[in-house]
Amino acid sequence: MSDPSYEIVIGLEVHVQLQTATKLFCRCSTRFGAPPNTQTCPVCIGLPGSLPVMNRQAFELALKTAVALNCEIPAFTKWDRKQYYYPDLPKGYQISQFDLPMSQHGYLEISDAKGAFAPKRVGILRAHLEEDAGKSMHDELAGKADSRIDLNRTGTPLLEIVSQPDMRSPEEARAYLTELKLLLTYLGVSDCNMQEGSLRVDANINLHVATPQGTVATPIVEVKNMNSFRAVERAMAFEATRQFDVWNDTRISLGAPGGHKTTRGWDEQAQVTRPQRQKEESSDYRYFPDPDLAPVIVTDQQLDAVRASLGELPAALRDRLQTERGIDAYDADVIVNQGRAFVDYFSELADIGGDAKRASNWMQQDVLRVLNERDLTIELFPISPASLAELLKTVQRGELDTSRARDVFNVMAESGDSAAQAMQRLGIQAVHRDELRDLCRELLDANPNVVADVQSGKEKAIGALIGQAKRRNPNANPNQVRQLCLELIRQQGSAQE
Amino acid sequence: MSLTRQQIVKVSLLARLRLQDDELDRMTHQLDQVVSYMDLLAEVDTEDAEPMAHAVEQTNVFAEDHVLPSLDRESALSNAPKRDEQCYRVPAVLGD
Repeated sequence: MSDPSYEIVIGLEVHVQLQTATKLFCRCSTRFGAPPNTQTCPVCIGLPGSLPVMNRQAFELALKTAVALNCEIPAFTKWDRKQYYYPDLPKGYQISQFDLPMSQHGYLEISDAKGAFAPKRVGILRAHLEEDAGKSMHDELAGKADSRIDLNRTGTPLLEIVSQPDMRSPEEARAYLTELKLLLTYLGVSDCNMQEGSLRVDANINLHVATPQGTVATPIVEVKNMNSFRAVERAMAFEATRQFDVWNDTRISLGAPGGHKTTRGWDEQAQVTRPQRQKEESSDYRYFPDPDLAPVIVTDQQLDAVRASLGELPAALRDRLQTERGIDAYDADVIVNQGRAFVDYFSELADIGGDAKRASNWMQQDVLRVLNERDLTIELFPISPASLAELLKTVQRGELDTSRARDVFNVMAESGDSAAQAMQRLGIQAVHRDELRDLCRELLDANPNVVADVQSGKEKAIGALIGQAKRRNPNANPNQVRQLCLELIRQQGSAQE
Repeated sequence: MSLTRQQIVKVSLLARLRLQDDELDRMTHQLDQVVSYMDLLAEVDTEDAEPMAHAVEQTNVFAEDHVLPSLDRESALSNAPKRDEQCYRVPAVLGD
């Protein structure tokens, strides 16, 4: 899909809503979905004489995230006013951070478990703490020309995380977003719900085209309105092709006349990007320090405490599952990507069951299947790790074959029964080895042709007996039947000699 | 430093102020005087002064993350030039 005559260059700007009870500068609730304009106060609707005060929790969550993103945390940080007029911004300025952001120069490592691209570090230019704007809605009823403004969201804390333009393909962009979201989820700093706007993505993209005169950069395009990671991936793929076509038509490069930065919106329906209004130049925002807000000083002791509070993060956890549990990179990736609670379940299952690989397979296939089918999270999964371990042990002991075990598993997931109870409910009893041996002997006596086939080297002939054994006793374990039959035939053979 | 009429046109656009020609002239003159007055500061010797990022000496002023009552909607909307039952109404916002 990528054309060797150009390289794609992508940088991402992610706004993530921090999980606080109240807004960044006032104590109005941040609850999503409240009736319009019921969560506002003089501070967040910008009434004269009101004063903002920084939310301690918001700053701490932002700091935790910045540290987890390997950022440098300057000792001194302050907030600035970014001035622009828009109806959803009642003060006429947004309180953001300009020249002294709370963190900068970090990185996030991305990789692809299937090796679609080589592992790499995506640089984080900066992560800063700012307030959200309100919401404008177009009134389509009665054909009215007005927009309606809801200021409930105004002042909600956002962390803006700006990456370096380090991504070289739509796949890498998606991987960065997936890994960032996973990290934020592990940290517990945001619910990252894209539908509710808790995580928003803007992308900057251009191409480096190889020409006989050297590499030429095409004009940068900022793409907005992407409502899922999949949409980001598709929008980037579309934009790369579009920019290459435009380049071939016009030969306009970055910075040349007509080569300034433009903004486009992703149209999910049509799967294309379309031009949007031009952004004001950065200098037009006329930033200056917000005189109402005190700067913040972060001490080394505070940073040490934050570092100690991070817990084990996804990258480290993937490594540990591989080295300590002996599962491969792909399996560790799938398990870790399901979230911390899923990893905890897996660890407990592997501990009790004693077989990490089997635990990993069951978690990925059967547990995930049930979670997906019922739209559950692992916290609400009806089978406890101890119960599931009990089932896996009966499989391990050869008392139950995998397909029969899956039946038991389904009953357990349905009823919340223990493995023993579910097996009883299904009428499954582990068949005693002696009983099974008798059954096999009878079958061999009744089928001398099979015995003859096996003796002449066609071991596959046993298959016919397994079906018969299952019919005589549905609890007979196919592997055990096979083994016992072969054993008996061998004994018969040596007795004859 | 002196301000040009062109700069005033740009600033008035950013401030969403529609100024008439005579107002532009007056503003250019008046704002130029304000800015020129500020030029006085350039005469101060700042050789030994530390650069200042903020005018407030206080740092680390925080509030705890506990919800307090918001304004009721009627009060919040009461000063709006145009409104309906639930929302402020403004001339159609286009673009995004």
